[in-house]
Amino acid sequence: MVPRGTRRHPAMAIGGCLLGLVVVASLFAPALTIYDPLKPSFSQRLVPPWGLGGTSAHLLGTDNLGRDILSRLLYGGRISLALAMSAVAIAALVGVVVGLVASWGGAKSDAVIMRVADVQLAFPVIMLAIAIVAVVGTNPLALVGVLALSGWVLYARTIRAHVLTLKQLDYIEAAATLGASDARVILRHVLPNTVAPILVIGSSQFATMVLLESGLSFLGMGIQAPRASWGLMLAEGRDYLSNAWWLATAPGLMIALVVLGANLLGDGLRDLLDPTLRNLES
Amino acid sequence: MRTYVLRRLAQSALTLLGVSVLVFVILRVLPGDPARMLLPDGAPESAVAELNRQLGLREPFVVQYGLFLGSVARGDFGQSFQYRAPALRVVLERLPATVHLTLAAMLITIAAGVPLGIFTAVRRGTRYDVAGTIVSVIGQSLPNFWLGIMLILLFGVALRWLPTSGFASWTSLVLPAVTLAAFPTALVARLTRSSMLEILNRDYIRTGRAKGLAERSVVYRHALRNAAIPVLTVIGLQIGALLGGAVITESIFAWPGMGKLIVDAIFFRDFPVVQTVLILSATVFVVINLAVDLLYTVIDPRIRYL
Repeated sequence: MVPRGTRRHPAMAIGGCLLGLVVVASLFAPALTIYDPLKPSFSQRLVPPWGLGGTSAHLLGTDNLGRDILSRLLYGGRISLALAMSAVAIAALVGVVVGLVASWGGAKSDAVIMRVADVQLAFPVIMLAIAIVAVVGTNPLALVGVLALSGWVLYARTIRAHVLTLKQLDYIEAAATLGASDARVILRHVLPNTVAPILVIGSSQFATMVLLESGLSFLGMGIQAPRASWGLMLAEGRDYLSNAWWLATAPGLMIALVVLGANLLGDGLRDLLDPTLRNLES
Repeated sequence: MRTYVLRRLAQSALTLLGVSVLVFVILRVLPGDPARMLLPDGAPESAVAELNRQLGLREPFVVQYGLFLGSVARGDFGQSFQYRAPALRVVLERLPATVHLTLAAMLITIAAGVPLGIFTAVRRGTRYDVAGTIVSVIGQSLPNFWLGIMLILLFGVALRWLPTSGFASWTSLVLPAVTLAAFPTALVARLTRSSMLEILNRDYIRTGRAKGLAERSVVYRHALRNAAIPVLTVIGLQIGALLGGAVITESIFAWPGMGKLIVDAIFFRDFPVVQTVLILSATVFVVINLAVDLLYTVIDPRIRYL
């Protein structure tokens, strides 16, 4: 399935490779760079990238405190990617459970859950996020919580709609008639059929989470200095636009690459796993 | 039709009630000592005690929520201590700048996204389609805070063509509006394309072509009108995204709107202003989506009988 998929969906393969490359590079950051991402080195301030006036010692140049930008990107990637990944996982878990309750638990709980989802959607995500972070603080746990809070609705709504359709199908009814318990029907027959939409949403939501985390850090409400985070690096680079453009350019490109990778992967998965869309988009 | 409108109205009212509950939970229940949070740093103990009494913060949460809802319904959102004025007035003063920005971005989104989507759908499979699709995928992936900074670098710092901050003349609107519009434009272009492709496969389009209608008439009169419905929904939902995007865009370009206001307010810990912006933007979102839903019944006669 995978080789055929990659051949028919080159964009998905490109997306997966982009994303995989950044993940692996961040994971092996200590092996790939000799520089400490946090330790200032004032004799090396604002060195341009290699080939643009800099040396191969600092491939992407250094920042205003003389820290190597490449190593900050790689170490920052660990934080950004880990936050986004955990947020997607929590959002998916909560959303799937809520979606199941809504579709299986009767009309009353369904109505309540859908209204709660409406309320959540009424707020611009970033406004809700900065308000919560302002109240509870900017520790990484709070960040993951805020990100996950912004994401669960999408799963809940999709799973609900999906399960409501599944429920009408003969084999689900047959399983129930044969005496299977609700739990068994859900775990054995319903959940496996919701894996496709969960994967599709998960990979495009990963892109949204990376954007949101770096947006929050950019505004000063996410990861705090001196730690490295792509959004924070971008914010720090803003003050040096006229004399050291590379400070803001590199982290932005990194975010764009990851988001592009996750979007391509998500689109590809959707085309691959959802036959109704496959014919249309290919 | 009437029951549908009434049901949507009731739903919207319920959502707004939920909005007030959520804001209450964030600003009154989550912090341990809301009175201290709602007052400037270093406020005297007597002021803390007075606010505690005034907001009923020693009462059970249900009573507190009742008081909160009552004052919000009266339009009393508390005093901004950063501006020493009623929070609602402070926010309303900033509203026009945000409305200008989001309207301009929305205009760009519709004027660029819809034609790009139609263009790529009609030329499906050609290199124009591929190029258009690549542009929209990239447009959806660029972080708007980075795009904004790059536009400043190019048009402000290097070329010196456009102003990069503040709200002086219409030229200062260009960069922030383009920054804000990039994502929704790409989204609308992709959605228009897939929606058009689906419609262009329908039988009645083939019939139209078979009876010799001009291609222009097939595309614009018969296909676009039907393809517009999902696009319209997304455009309605994008209002919320634009208000959210405005938070970052306004911060980058020092645009004096609600988005920059809420960021500044959070750094000043001016929570009366924070709660006003939250409630106001959620209300705008709910009202616009209600309007979009009701608009469907005009565009798509089939919905009338739901």
